Amino acid sequence: MPQGDYIDLHRKRYGYRLDHFERKRKKEAREVHKRSQIAQKALGIKGKMFAKKRYAEKAQMKKTLAMHEESSTRRKVDDDVSKGAVPAYLLDRENTTRAKVLSNTIKQKRKEKAGKWEVPLPKVRPVAEDEMFKVLRTGKRKTKQWKRMITKATFVGPAFTRKPPKYERFIRPSGLRFTKAHVTHPELKCTFNLEIIGVKKNPNGQMYTSLGVMTRGTIIEVNVSELGLVTPAGKVVWGKYAQVTNNPENDGCINAVLLV
Amino acid sequence: MEVVEGEEQRETSNKVMCLLTDPEGTPLGVPMYLPQIARPQQLQQMVNQLLNNEEKLPYSFYISDKELVVPLGTYLEKNKVSVEKALSIVYQPQAVFRIRPVNRCSATISGHTEAVLSVAFSPDGRRLASGSGDTTVRIWDLNTQTPLFTCTGHKNWVLCIAWSPDGRHLVSGSKAGDLLCWDPETGKPSGNPFTGHKKWITGISWEPAHLNAPCRRFVSASKDGDARIWDIVTKKCVICLSGHTLAITCVKWGGDGVIYTGSQDCTIKVWETSQGKLIRELKGHGHWVNSLALSTEYVLRTGAFDHTGKQYSSPEEMKKVALERYNKMKGNAPERLVSGSDDFTMFLWEPFVSKHPKTRMTGHQQLVNHVYFSPDGQWVASASFDKSVKLWNGATGKFVAAFRGHVGPVYQISWSADSRLLLSGSKDSTLKVWDIRTQKLKQDLPGHEDEVYAVDWSPDGEKVASGGKDRVLKLWMG
Repeated sequence: MPQGDYIDLHRKRYGYRLDHFERKRKKEAREVHKRSQIAQKALGIKGKMFAKKRYAEKAQMKKTLAMHEESSTRRKVDDDVSKGAVPAYLLDRENTTRAKVLSNTIKQKRKEKAGKWEVPLPKVRPVAEDEMFKVLRTGKRKTKQWKRMITKATFVGPAFTRKPPKYERFIRPSGLRFTKAHVTHPELKCTFNLEIIGVKKNPNGQMYTSLGVMTRGTIIEVNVSELGLVTPAGKVVWGKYAQVTNNPENDGCINAVLLV
Repeated sequence: MEVVEGEEQRETSNKVMCLLTDPEGTPLGVPMYLPQIARPQQLQQMVNQLLNNEEKLPYSFYISDKELVVPLGTYLEKNKVSVEKALSIVYQPQAVFRIRPVNRCSATISGHTEAVLSVAFSPDGRRLASGSGDTTVRIWDLNTQTPLFTCTGHKNWVLCIAWSPDGRHLVSGSKAGDLLCWDPETGKPSGNPFTGHKKWITGISWEPAHLNAPCRRFVSASKDGDARIWDIVTKKCVICLSGHTLAITCVKWGGDGVIYTGSQDCTIKVWETSQGKLIRELKGHGHWVNSLALSTEYVLRTGAFDHTGKQYSSPEEMKKVALERYNKMKGNAPERLVSGSDDFTMFLWEPFVSKHPKTRMTGHQQLVNHVYFSPDGQWVASASFDKSVKLWNGATGKFVAAFRGHVGPVYQISWSADSRLLLSGSKDSTLKVWDIRTQKLKQDLPGHEDEVYAVDWSPDGEKVASGGKDRVLKLWMG
């Protein structure tokens, strides 16, 4: 029979000691003082551990008290007028937030003509040519050095076939090719995995644009048809521009921000 | 002898046995032989003569729900109709006036600081009111296209507005559950808000003018599952219609003095208005009932006012004219009700005849958000989230045509007063005008920068108002 059970058995038979409850109350009352003594005396790691434990207890207690307080007090129902009014027939529907109206199409075209974009990343680090390309030595004696391999992420169209080796000056490694990008809508604050349609502009130069190189700051065109955006004229928009915000060659994925 | 016989043969072959019937199926006279060269114009003359119309009315003719536009003979050849049986031709009276389709935006009026949730023309078409998410109701001057009054008083979004059929009062309901009655002449609220609803207001409907001449009572439906009848003179809730277990989505005050409520508990209830007793419960839908439409709705809404723009001095006169218009519209058929639901279907009911639906109208691939009877009761149009608007026969509930063109869910529709054009507003930020006769897109009206939440075609047919999430009110003209 375990030791604690003897006392239980005894209590069942003969009841509690006459001063049991008084002793218990006194012990409990003394407990706080005892703990405070320990807290003051404890040194070093023990002191630290004890302080941490006491702090956690205190914080927990405060939280509990606050919770009880909240349930008993009466507050005014907050009937503030919220934003984003919807008609009665849409109130009960699960409303998925949706992209705002697209900026004016004309404005967009004008911008395109000027070649100037107000973009989230206005300045990018210039990428030097020897960082972008790796020289491949070819020929039987490996003396020729006209072939280049691109070391950055690239976008290659679906209909692309490689040229014969003799004519292929730039190699875009298939391991660094991407067809999809994680595009964040800045107003909706949500991200979609969208298909890339093309590379619009690489800030490092026209050549990189035509090669489809995607470095940080590159403007790419993505397929947004599944987002359900419409133009002011009521047509579905399917291509929109986005700017790459990460270094795809380091991360193995492309993150971009939609240009709204 | 033989020659004569041949002659007779030709005679009959050039004629066809026809039976003219009205939309309800009552034949007009006996079947008769009509020459195959008869065009709709000739048929129209004949019907006018047979009906002894003093003024010649325009009619259109339908053979098995298809409109007849070519001579009879051409139709017979094209459709290979048997000439053995009498060909039944349905004649439909058309509106004597024509409404020009709207094709341009005449004004973009900003003023609201939040989305415009509802717009409504007054029954006489002279005033326009809009309710918005910025807690105001605005009354607009249609002549100068400027704001007339800004009515502040609500504490939350103004979800519904409704004009009384005599045009003297405007009631608005808010998301906080209170209703306010405004005087459109001064833009001031006439008295304190009507409180009683615990949740937001989903619909308001006035008592028809032909039942009670100076309009006094209206019914409001709320998310809390109750509908309440209010009196604007005593400023009290007269009756509380409770019985629905879930939110009421739509309420209509019928022309025969009953109230129809459609609810999210999948039922439609019919109430009697003097004591608020439940008369009927129409069951059938498998999901929320979103919208109800009455065949006489347009007449009830406009009361005594018609396209001529006549004004009435006394309420009695107004009541008399309204009753006349109502009876003319109704004919001798019972009132029909169409309900659109979240289960993608619609039901056509005749609540006074039976508690079972007359027809089930299927075809939509998404929920039906809005149904609307044409002003002459001949058609039903339904707006759905499947991006289409569908047209149905108003008497039989048969499918007629689908109007596709929107690229987003269609929220609201509105008929022109002559029932020849239909307007739809959609999430894709455009309005589109559809031609009922050709069943094609008549006009595309882009211009809004965001979702269009509310559209209304004025009863005099000159203007269309639309409001949406882009916070502007647009007026369109023909």
